[in-house]
Amino acid sequence: MNALTKFYRKDRHLSRLIVMTVVWLVFMAVTKFDKFYTIANFQTIAGKFPEFGLMSLGAMLCMITGGIDLSSVGVANLTSILMALYMRYRAGESASISGLMIAEVFLLAMLIGCAAGALNGILISKIHIPPILATLGVNQLLTGIALVVTNGKAVSDIPTTFSAVINQKLLKVVPGKRGAMMGLIPVQLLFFIAAAVLVWFLLARTTYGRKLYLMGTSEKVARFSGLKVDRLLIKTYALSGILAALGGMIMLANYNSARSDYGSVYTLQCILIVVLGGVSPTGGKGRISGVMLSIILLSLLEAGINRFPEISSYYITLIWGAVLLLVMVLNYFAEHPITRRAKA
Amino acid sequence: MSEYLLRAVDIVKTFAGVKALQGVSLDIRPGEIHCLAGENGCGKSTLIKVISGVYQPDSGYIEFNGQRYTSITPRESIAMGIQVIYQDFSIFPNLTVMENLAFNTELAAGHKFVNRRRMKEIAREALSKINFNVALDRLVGTLTVAEKQMVAICRALMFDAKLIIMDEPTTALTRKEVSALFEIILKLKAQGIAILFVSHKLNEVFEISERFTIFRSGQLIATGNTQDLDDKKFTYYMTGREFENVKFKPSFEADKPVLTVKNLTVPGAFEDVSFDLAPGQILGITGLLDSGRTELSLALFGLRKTSGGEILMKGQKVEISSPRDAIAAGIGLVPEDRLSEGLFLPQPISDNIVISEIDELAGALSVVDSKRRQAEVDKWVKDLAIATPNPDNACTTLSGGNQQRIVLAKWLACKPDVLILNGPTVGVDIGSKHDIHAILQRLANQGMAVIIISDDLPEILENCSDLLVMRAGLIVARLDPTTTDEALVLQHMM
Repeated sequence: MNALTKFYRKDRHLSRLIVMTVVWLVFMAVTKFDKFYTIANFQTIAGKFPEFGLMSLGAMLCMITGGIDLSSVGVANLTSILMALYMRYRAGESASISGLMIAEVFLLAMLIGCAAGALNGILISKIHIPPILATLGVNQLLTGIALVVTNGKAVSDIPTTFSAVINQKLLKVVPGKRGAMMGLIPVQLLFFIAAAVLVWFLLARTTYGRKLYLMGTSEKVARFSGLKVDRLLIKTYALSGILAALGGMIMLANYNSARSDYGSVYTLQCILIVVLGGVSPTGGKGRISGVMLSIILLSLLEAGINRFPEISSYYITLIWGAVLLLVMVLNYFAEHPITRRAKA
Repeated sequence: MSEYLLRAVDIVKTFAGVKALQGVSLDIRPGEIHCLAGENGCGKSTLIKVISGVYQPDSGYIEFNGQRYTSITPRESIAMGIQVIYQDFSIFPNLTVMENLAFNTELAAGHKFVNRRRMKEIAREALSKINFNVALDRLVGTLTVAEKQMVAICRALMFDAKLIIMDEPTTALTRKEVSALFEIILKLKAQGIAILFVSHKLNEVFEISERFTIFRSGQLIATGNTQDLDDKKFTYYMTGREFENVKFKPSFEADKPVLTVKNLTVPGAFEDVSFDLAPGQILGITGLLDSGRTELSLALFGLRKTSGGEILMKGQKVEISSPRDAIAAGIGLVPEDRLSEGLFLPQPISDNIVISEIDELAGALSVVDSKRRQAEVDKWVKDLAIATPNPDNACTTLSGGNQQRIVLAKWLACKPDVLILNGPTVGVDIGSKHDIHAILQRLANQGMAVIIISDDLPEILENCSDLLVMRAGLIVARLDPTTTDEALVLQHMM
């Protein structure tokens, strides 16, 4: 057995995602190489996916506990609306804000996300509301607040500095012999990478991660083992809330405005990404590498299809759904191999 | 008519290269109660599936009523009069007793419409065969395990059964229910029905069967009349090992109790329970299922709210309102149901061992110190002889006995002063049972205080230095195991 097959067999689920990503990249290379393989294209992708990528990381944590977080988009939108209003208030006439103020805004956003997530966690652990209902309710509540605050209109005219800072590209290089300096790495991507590293660290290295996986397997055994189940749940949903709030801030920067119904498709998309990434909806199982790959695969699919002007962007949902079902079916056959069944 | 109702001769069955049955034979006479015994994985279940037609043997044949078959289908098996009652009874919990009983007949008759009157008659007749009384319109899911079993037996009888195979029927039954089941079995025998009773419990084999067959690792080890069998032989046939039953003699000297319980009460479960326990002692607590014994263990571990009384550790009053408090006070609990309370089954053995002490194995930022964790895991795997090639395998890869050792390791790793074990050897093979008893006696002699809650009376009498009997939520007797016998304990329990 050579190293490649060994690697493939070690985690078949992950390997299949890698194979699909590579197949898609090759397909794009053959058909639309010039239009797809450009720095600008990859920068667009990397600036966009952190919006739902951050939310997906939170959704993953909640799913590992055996629960689900359907409130990400509500948290994201309410946070971005409140922060947009707050920045307008702070900037006053000047229409610009300082770097320190941006840091302050992010800190506030994370606090709001943390509070909303903790509310989820308390409803689930202390009041014993099933996660799907608790988070759906909180999502409605937050979206409702956002609607009332904005009357359903978009909040725009936010200080331009904010969007400019988040949308800049770092790591300046000079392409070719002449021409202006050009950045490579979008700031949005840095937010996502930082969050992903943090989540990886928590899951793989800390006692929190071990406890999370075991509690996700069985809450009852966790109680019998002396784990503080309630606190673990509240922490986890709070973390998911913080990640969702950050996702909201990236949306605010990308659209330069905030509205109560932005990104509403993300709710289910995040759940699908997490499941596609190999996290078990019954809890206790799943790795961040799978979720990262499924985020990347989805983004590449979307960006690739956009390079075909003759295909409507409406097809993206269709193709995404097909990919998802394909992976589920493959997983089913991987777990239930069709072998020569003894004739009864 | 041959002497035997059923003969399975030289049956070989291989699964993916592993020989599950290596040429075993089994003879059953008409109307006899035959016990098939053996440890888990010895091939008992495989042979039952061959007889009932679920599996086809690789070689060998089956003779039923003198007729020879090289293989049979499940349909033929039922037509011949063979009925199997599996551990899960294969009944529909969401249907009523009547529907469960009438279901097969209705299907077989090809009725497309439901006729409640006809179904009621069928069901009544079925229940009358063993004089079993239960309301026909009750949902089977709401019945007790014993009642479900009776429904399954009634259903089996409807097919004109000549041989009923019961796969470990007593696993989830209380002592009373087991006696009731045995009465039914004797009634069936009186009707000329042969029973193949699968069990690995010694006392049941002696109590009910006329003849026995014992398998080990897919081979026939012994078969004969039960009256020629004794305790020692039985254990030897089952395990291939000889065991000395070592009676516990406390050797650790201590003058002060480590645990004192005063007038502890949990409303609706038990009242006014008081006792004390010194280091080095093993206290047995026994009683029927509803005696409050399990609730007592849960209360001591912070999983039941107490309404009165107090708990003292080393003379200091402690408040125990959660398992965390109990662990901090030095109390560990090996719970009653290993599968749903004791183990994270699909997770690695290593994580299961260290989970309760994981905070102690972490450094700054609560990062798990993987070296210390590995050392701890290796230590317990070795100490308790957990048979695994790799501690990072899932717990599901292990047998019941080894799984129980993991739960034990989890608590020993927390270094408790008092270790409570509720049913420490339920569903554990004989070899592991002896090993676990030896471990507990060793721990006590090293100065741990141990509480064993069990209704396995030989276990209690052999391993405990003191014995409390509970009945209906009260402690009704405090006995000295050295001067007590099973009959006396039973008297107090009932």
